[in-house]
Amino acid sequence: MTTEIDRESARGATTTIDGVGIRFGSYHAVDAISLDIEAGEFLCLLGPSGCGKSTLLSALAGFTPATVGAISVDDEPVAGPSPERGMVFQNSDALFDWLTVRQNVAFGPRMRGQSRKAQAALADEYLGLVGLRKFADKFPDQLSGGMRQRVQIARVLANRPRIVLMDEPFGALDAQTRQVMQQEMDRIWRESGCTVVFVTHDIGEAIILADRIAVMTAGPAASIKNIYSVDLPRPRDETSPEAIALHQKLRQDIGHEVRTALREQGLATEEDGR
Amino acid sequence: MTSVGTVASKDSTTAPRARRRRSDALSGRLRTVGMYMLSIAIGVGVWQLVAMRYGSALVASPAQTLVAAKDLAADGTLLNSVIASSRRILIGWGLGLVVGVPIGLLMGRLTVIRQLLDPYIEFFRFIPPVAFVTLAVVWLGIGEASKVVLIFYTSVFIVTLNTIAGVLSINESKLRAATSLGASRWQILRFIVLPATVPHIVTGARLAMGNSFLTIVSAEIVAAQVGLGALIWTSRNYGRIDWVFVGIITLGILGFVFDRILRVVASRVLRRYGVKL
Ligand SMILES: Nc1ncnc2c1ncn2[C@@H]1O[C@H](COP(=O)(O)OP(=O)(O)O)[C@@H](O)[C@H]1O
Ligand SMILES: [Mg+2]
Repeated sequence: MTTEIDRESARGATTTIDGVGIRFGSYHAVDAISLDIEAGEFLCLLGPSGCGKSTLLSALAGFTPATVGAISVDDEPVAGPSPERGMVFQNSDALFDWLTVRQNVAFGPRMRGQSRKAQAALADEYLGLVGLRKFADKFPDQLSGGMRQRVQIARVLANRPRIVLMDEPFGALDAQTRQVMQQEMDRIWRESGCTVVFVTHDIGEAIILADRIAVMTAGPAASIKNIYSVDLPRPRDETSPEAIALHQKLRQDIGHEVRTALREQGLATEEDGR
Repeated sequence: MTSVGTVASKDSTTAPRARRRRSDALSGRLRTVGMYMLSIAIGVGVWQLVAMRYGSALVASPAQTLVAAKDLAADGTLLNSVIASSRRILIGWGLGLVVGVPIGLLMGRLTVIRQLLDPYIEFFRFIPPVAFVTLAVVWLGIGEASKVVLIFYTSVFIVTLNTIAGVLSINESKLRAATSLGASRWQILRFIVLPATVPHIVTGARLAMGNSFLTIVSAEIVAAQVGLGALIWTSRNYGRIDWVFVGIITLGILGFVFDRILRVVASRVLRRYGVKL
């Protein structure tokens, strides 16, 4: 076994979201979303707060069942959580505080009954990828917020999932750290070749990271409003003219959705948009 | 101070500051110990006054109690009592943990089990162990079993309830993370739920230890030959108020020592699980 990351196994599969609608009792959260995600793609789900991004991601992970429609990964229907679909949570409470960083990352392989040697090798490989080798024997509460999110990313990647789901993973970080993490994420994705669905409400973040950006409409009954392909060279420069133009377009899209949502709640008038 | 001095001052002031901080901590601890001593001295003084006011038929004075303790220690009664009571407490309390923790974990994780067992927990936790003394003796005889079972009874509910509270307070994203990393239900129980619940279990264990000390005296009411509770009960028959005092004070000190040991051991051994006592 080499320490070189096996791009083929990490690259994974095509994911198909086919007419997925999700209701919580009488609340209609997500309405008939259809979307194909290509192997190795970095897809951002962008939308105003409360529109249903986490709900859709949680359906992809298998935590929340789709009320109608179906999701499949490589033609295998999603029927529940699986190590094939790893999740990076917004809050690093998702880390196991009583385990060292290395043990956290080795958790998936350990549950699958891999040998101790294989566990340690995998953990060190992915800790190296996220730049945390030196911190392998620390506990999560000894790390900074950005480092803890790196541990979460390594922990998911060590499982060699077909698709990595990320729910505003940098949302709780300070602005400087967030910027560093976005650049790191771009590098990690390119080096590991994994498929990523990344939820964010931060337009700049989506532009730096995404191959495609799916903009969601405001809830209830959220759907996909527009899909933008981002054909800019990586690593990306947020201040390039193309990036700024795209930023403008996305801001208009989202602004429109936010105003619609506010109007529906009776909090804004037509004039607000002008 | 000049601008040249600022660089040097960094090194020259941190060392004394660290030393000062250390000596602050030391004097803080000395102060605490001093206050404890003062408090105990005042307590003994009040005790002495009360004893003088009511006489030795009702209240044994500190000096009389000390003499009685020496007598009881000399013929081995005191040590045997401490050993007998400690043994019952440790066995009953240990069984309470061994049974209460798994039941609490299962009740916390499986709604069916929680619903099936909840009525019994809610019923029995209001019935004090002393209410079962007679039944325990009738069913289990006058040997060790009846006493150990009463200590077990007083421990198991509090351990179970604390364990359930711990399980229910586990962060949902930890459980989701473990599931999507491929852990089975059993693995989640063993590798996530149990370690995440350790601080609550330790709290339950400490409360159960307190309950055990409250219960040991009632457990030794009937037909115990030795034990601190037995000492207290039989001394009454001999009219030895001073022995009663020896029994009570020894019980208090023993409880304090047990709790201290539990705290020190738990916070050392279980530190990584977030136990801070
Ligand atoms: N388990 C649930 N039960 C009821 N309503 C929910 C549940 N989860 C989410 N919702 C609702 O669905 C909507 C979308 O939530 P969410 O997906 O978390 O939004 P986002 O992640 O885009 O901010 C919100 O209005 C939220 O209140
Ligand atoms: Mg969300």
